[in-house]
Amino acid sequence: MMHFSQDDADRRPRRARTALLAVTALLLLLGACAGRGSAIATPAASTTAAGAPPSQGEDAHAGHDADAHAGHVMHDLPPVTLPAGSLVTEADVRFMQMMIGHHAQAVYMTRLAEHAGASDRVLKLAQKIDLSQAGEIALMQGWLVDYGQHAPDTDSWRRMSMPGMLTAAQLEQLSAARGRDFDRLFLRLMIAHHEGAIQMVADLLKSPRAGQEVDINVLANEIEAAQLAEIELMWQMLAELR
Amino acid sequence: MECFTMRVFALASLSALVLAAAPLAAQTYPSATDPRNNLKPGLHDAGIAIQGMRLITTAPKPPAFDSIRGLTFVNSDLAFRGNLVYQGNFAGFVIYDVSNPERPQILSTVECITSQGDPSIVGNLLFVSAEGAGNRNDCAKGGVQDPADHMAGVRIYDVSNPRAPRLVKNVQTCKGSHTHTVIPHPTDRGTIYIYVSGSQGARPETELAGCRNGADPADETNSLYRLDVIKVPLARPQDAEVVTGARIFTGLGPAPARGGRARPVRAAAGADSAEMAQMRMNGPRNCHDVTAYPAMNLLAGACSSYGILVDISNPEKPVRLDAVADTNFSLWHTAVFSNDGKKVVFTDEWGGGTSPNCQAQHPLEMGGNTTLMIGADRRLTQHAYFKIPTAQTPQENCVSHNGGLIPVPGRDIMVQGWYQGGVNVIDFTDPDKPFEIAFFDRGPVDAAPVEGQARGRGAIAGSWGAYWYNGLIYSAEMARGLDILELLPSEHLSANELAAAKLVMMEEYNPQSQPKLEWPAAFPVARSFLDQLARGNALPAARLAELASAIDAAERMTGTARRGALTNIVTSLRRDLEGSSDAARVRGLADALRGLAMATN
Repeated sequence: MMHFSQDDADRRPRRARTALLAVTALLLLLGACAGRGSAIATPAASTTAAGAPPSQGEDAHAGHDADAHAGHVMHDLPPVTLPAGSLVTEADVRFMQMMIGHHAQAVYMTRLAEHAGASDRVLKLAQKIDLSQAGEIALMQGWLVDYGQHAPDTDSWRRMSMPGMLTAAQLEQLSAARGRDFDRLFLRLMIAHHEGAIQMVADLLKSPRAGQEVDINVLANEIEAAQLAEIELMWQMLAELR
Repeated sequence: MECFTMRVFALASLSALVLAAAPLAAQTYPSATDPRNNLKPGLHDAGIAIQGMRLITTAPKPPAFDSIRGLTFVNSDLAFRGNLVYQGNFAGFVIYDVSNPERPQILSTVECITSQGDPSIVGNLLFVSAEGAGNRNDCAKGGVQDPADHMAGVRIYDVSNPRAPRLVKNVQTCKGSHTHTVIPHPTDRGTIYIYVSGSQGARPETELAGCRNGADPADETNSLYRLDVIKVPLARPQDAEVVTGARIFTGLGPAPARGGRARPVRAAAGADSAEMAQMRMNGPRNCHDVTAYPAMNLLAGACSSYGILVDISNPEKPVRLDAVADTNFSLWHTAVFSNDGKKVVFTDEWGGGTSPNCQAQHPLEMGGNTTLMIGADRRLTQHAYFKIPTAQTPQENCVSHNGGLIPVPGRDIMVQGWYQGGVNVIDFTDPDKPFEIAFFDRGPVDAAPVEGQARGRGAIAGSWGAYWYNGLIYSAEMARGLDILELLPSEHLSANELAAAKLVMMEEYNPQSQPKLEWPAAFPVARSFLDQLARGNALPAARLAELASAIDAAERMTGTARRGALTNIVTSLRRDLEGSSDAARVRGLADALRGLAMATN
């Protein structure tokens, strides 16, 4: 079991809805990262403007043409060195590193829902994406450690640019949105974000000899399958919002 | 591990609790006092929590697969024939002889890179699913250098000599084979069909001719939106080939919320290209896994965002009967029918099986089971969720996975694997109140990470699938080998019910192709119904005692005396039908006794 602290729970913002007795227990169960000295930003703990990613223009969620995106991939990751004959390729390592950033931004987005007056249904979806992608980030970090590669942290997305990532302007817009407007914008941006992840999987599999190591193969397939299903769900939710 | 990965969305979790209180929830979840919580970690010396069963033995993996990091050498699914258990592995398969379940013997270890390696056995042929990008036609390690060497589809082995399996053919499919399901030909016993669930997009046409990704589900040239159907002449497996596609998705739209019905929606602002948006509007394009119930001509497809019921009277032209969605489910994963074909349990493989999704903060309605009824109109109605009630650790990959029925007459009971959540036995007789009757769980393979120390991927382990076969439970432990367990009588399961279950013997068992269970005429079968009537207080205690001694007396008799005694009990049961709150089990008892009378010479 993880260890949780009251301290951390107390740092978390409260809202009227959290006044229920159950919340204390929930926060105790759910909220902890005390004692780790981590500066991982969540919407509650930092301002979005300060943590804005590099701007990538309005095409960030548009036109998933691999070539068009190739020029947009920016990061400050160290070079990749792999032993001769490795089943793992540079594209595999980059995929894992970048997907950590991609997932981290998605998790950041989901946590905005917490304070945006989102509908129960959107909150539930946000929770599912949060739990799913936070878990996968840990797997990807572990995989990179196993292969002796740099494992980006969950703040790294601010220094990366990838298909589907929100621009600084979009993040600000989403942070400011409330209620039904938030629901609508969240769904639209998360659909684009998921499409970006699927594009990253497609790009990976197009790279020569990439995606053959079993863990990366299974993870890439899982990301594609899970996010395709969620895109479908989000389209349906969006249609029902109108 | 970053702190952030451990934090969870507090408010949404609150909302989840509120939603979880909706009518579909029937269990206490999670339980802070469950004995499976906080077990000691270890590969071969992990702490164990076990209830209602005993571990007979764990047959270790062969040395060739004895590595625990990542997925490269993990075990996958099981198939059974005679005294043999076929265990898939991402790097090949193993054939165990379990004639003596205390000392399983490895007859052969086949090294062949074939993720994920789910097996099925039909006579002397073993079928193995191949999906990974690194699988080669020649089975070798080292990855695919030339796309022409890539094997994705179904490998067919001749295992007539289980000590020397021989690869007969690699049947290539456009989307590979994540899983597959054997379906008998309706009339020709020399032919089978294999429904192939491939979870990926189509391979490039340059790699395999005729493969194409498209947006129109009805387009016969589109490799998506279909299950590939392989036809296998059993006498000439080298002629096995893809003959058609089962297009069971056409006309489905994006999945609606629980209880909603699918309806088409139109692509709107935000879509990046018309074709891509259209593909998303079409709903699912493949299944993860399909479970056939040939005796009922039914198939339950666990297909991305939908659970789909299909009529397979003609396996080459399956017809979708109904489709249900529940957006709490991430990936409808696999299904088990009740023996009467009136219920179906679907599992949700949220996180794909490698994520630790059974921790206290993971909701009941995500990553567990759901029970549905199949109406007379062959439509599905969702009834309840079930998830193991433990709070597993972040070191334990855990989600609902594969299982099958345990043949207890009069009840719907299944055994199931939950990866590192272990194995459990669930009663889903009442579709609104599934409950657990036994479990087996080990602690995680890995200890919790040391503060400040870089943590690798960790071990992916646990039960891939757990199945009842001829009296015992076999669980494919991904990292540790093959666990063999014996179910024990408990407050939830009588000795008679267990004895009746052990009477059901199969020659061959592929869990994805569910057999119809039939019980021989035997006293434990009759007494199972009597025990169930007692458990449910469905008859007065005095009457139950009277019936018990009458049955005991009949068993002591032979020949016509026994037949007469049994017939008298059956006749006497007519008046119990009206007085009982459980007429179905009174009828079950009468049928079992009648069967015994007929079997008495």
